[in-house]
Amino acid sequence: MRGGLAILVVLAGFWLLWMAAVPPMNMKWEVSQAQRAGAEVVLPEGNIRDASALWLTLRNPGLIPGTYVQEKPRLPAPAQVFAELWDTTVGKRLSSKRSLVYHAWITLEATLLGFALGTGLGILLAVGIVHNRVMDASFMPWAIASQTIPILAIAPMIIVVMNSVGITGLVPKAIISAYLSFFPVVVGMVKGLRSPGLMQLDLLKTYSASGWQTFWKLRLPAALPYLFPSLKVGIAASLVGAIVGELPTGAVAGLGARLLAGSYYGQTVQIWSALFGAAIVAAALVGIIGIAQNMTLRRMGFGR
Amino acid sequence: MSLTEAGPVIQARALNLTFQTGDGPVHALKDIDLTIEKGEFVSFIGPSGCGKTTFLRVMADLETPTSGSITINGTSPEEARRARAYGYVFQAAGLYPWRTIGGNIRLPLEIMGLGKVEQAERTARVLDLVELSGFEKKFPWQLSGGMQQRASIARALAFDADILLMDEPFGALDEIVRDRLNEQLLALWARTEKTIGFVTHSIPEAVYLSTKIVVMSPRPGRIADIIESPLPKERPLDIRDSPEFIEIAHRVREGLRAGHGDDV
Repeated sequence: MRGGLAILVVLAGFWLLWMAAVPPMNMKWEVSQAQRAGAEVVLPEGNIRDASALWLTLRNPGLIPGTYVQEKPRLPAPAQVFAELWDTTVGKRLSSKRSLVYHAWITLEATLLGFALGTGLGILLAVGIVHNRVMDASFMPWAIASQTIPILAIAPMIIVVMNSVGITGLVPKAIISAYLSFFPVVVGMVKGLRSPGLMQLDLLKTYSASGWQTFWKLRLPAALPYLFPSLKVGIAASLVGAIVGELPTGAVAGLGARLLAGSYYGQTVQIWSALFGAAIVAAALVGIIGIAQNMTLRRMGFGR
Repeated sequence: MSLTEAGPVIQARALNLTFQTGDGPVHALKDIDLTIEKGEFVSFIGPSGCGKTTFLRVMADLETPTSGSITINGTSPEEARRARAYGYVFQAAGLYPWRTIGGNIRLPLEIMGLGKVEQAERTARVLDLVELSGFEKKFPWQLSGGMQQRASIARALAFDADILLMDEPFGALDEIVRDRLNEQLLALWARTEKTIGFVTHSIPEAVYLSTKIVVMSPRPGRIADIIESPLPKERPLDIRDSPEFIEIAHRVREGLRAGHGDDV
């Protein structure tokens, strides 16, 4: 109950901050419109460009309501964003190109495929790194280096290279997703697979267990509690990867396309609603993994 | 089988083990000579660093001696380990948290490749031996420390090897639980007639349990005294107040003191 209240307080804080930021962000345009319409506005001496947004807002309080309902605001008001969200999800047919659900689904496909690829690759790499000294020494630095390259720089290259061999659409985006999501999985799994203590390994040695049995009965189950937090980071990174992968494709479809199209045409409301859409999808994906985590770990006796 | 029963179960001759560490070589075991016959209960006692655990680990093929010879059932420790000739109980219970008590006990049986029916049968039998019947489906965290240690003993027993190696299995438990487990262990030993190697740092525990007490001393780890216990096989807890018991305990203490030299 108290937790719920605390969450509401934080939400209210965000909302207030947002509401307070809208008038100064949008005031200049409001003032110049009012001026053009011949209304009385308070201006500083000299050019309007030199006036600070805060100064204009404080001196022209009558114009504040207008800042919340502009068609192309610098910072849209919460109500505008949520109205757009509502309109583009519930208000449109799912197959419509204007439906955010349609675009989110396009991005989600790439996210899930990329996440599956990245997780699979990450687990395989971790198994190799734990069992093979050469792989440990040779792969880990590359894995770390791969994450220091800005994804915005490498994404267009992946798209272009794959395009030149005739692979377009879903797969290149998924590969960018996988590129971002394999790393947390590698790190978590390596730590998890190495988590069994010397005593537990000795125990299996006294059973004269094979390497395969040691992996299957000890290392893998011991790694699962480490895997799930990595999957949560990985799936969020996958979504970012899919969105970034949509930017250089010429903005055909997907949340990334909505972001890019919105910025081409100054549709800030559309940009913000796409951002919120992405955040909601990410939260849902992380939530689903959280549920899987709870169910799995409880079945394994870790739950308490 | 008849061949191995004829000779000693464990025989060490001029056994040495030196660990190479960053601070130079550490002589963990020096000139160990020891013979353990079938059905004996042998305790290894001594201060930390005397090599008692190391010697147990050598028997279990978890450490390799630098020189000298050791045989288990007439074979090398490695062959004995591969033949699953012994069960090993560690200082901590070390149960897998993701397996139930039954699942933990089945672990060695799964590795041995036994069928489901035999697994279930053996699990039930050893749980009964350590008085944990009814806890098969519980997870380790649902059991007390003493019960967890009993489960780990059951796990070693499920193996059904003739040798049981125990490395301070009751070291982390309180006195009352320890007394009870000591009693149970003796009963179990009497029933199963296993050969037991038992590492401890408690004099009463060593005297109460053993038919043979090996007193060890540190730096380098060596045998200071070997005491054959005259106590009868049947040992109620109050035997610990008898003059014989106190006399053996005294001799163990003397051995420990002599081994310590000028260190104390």
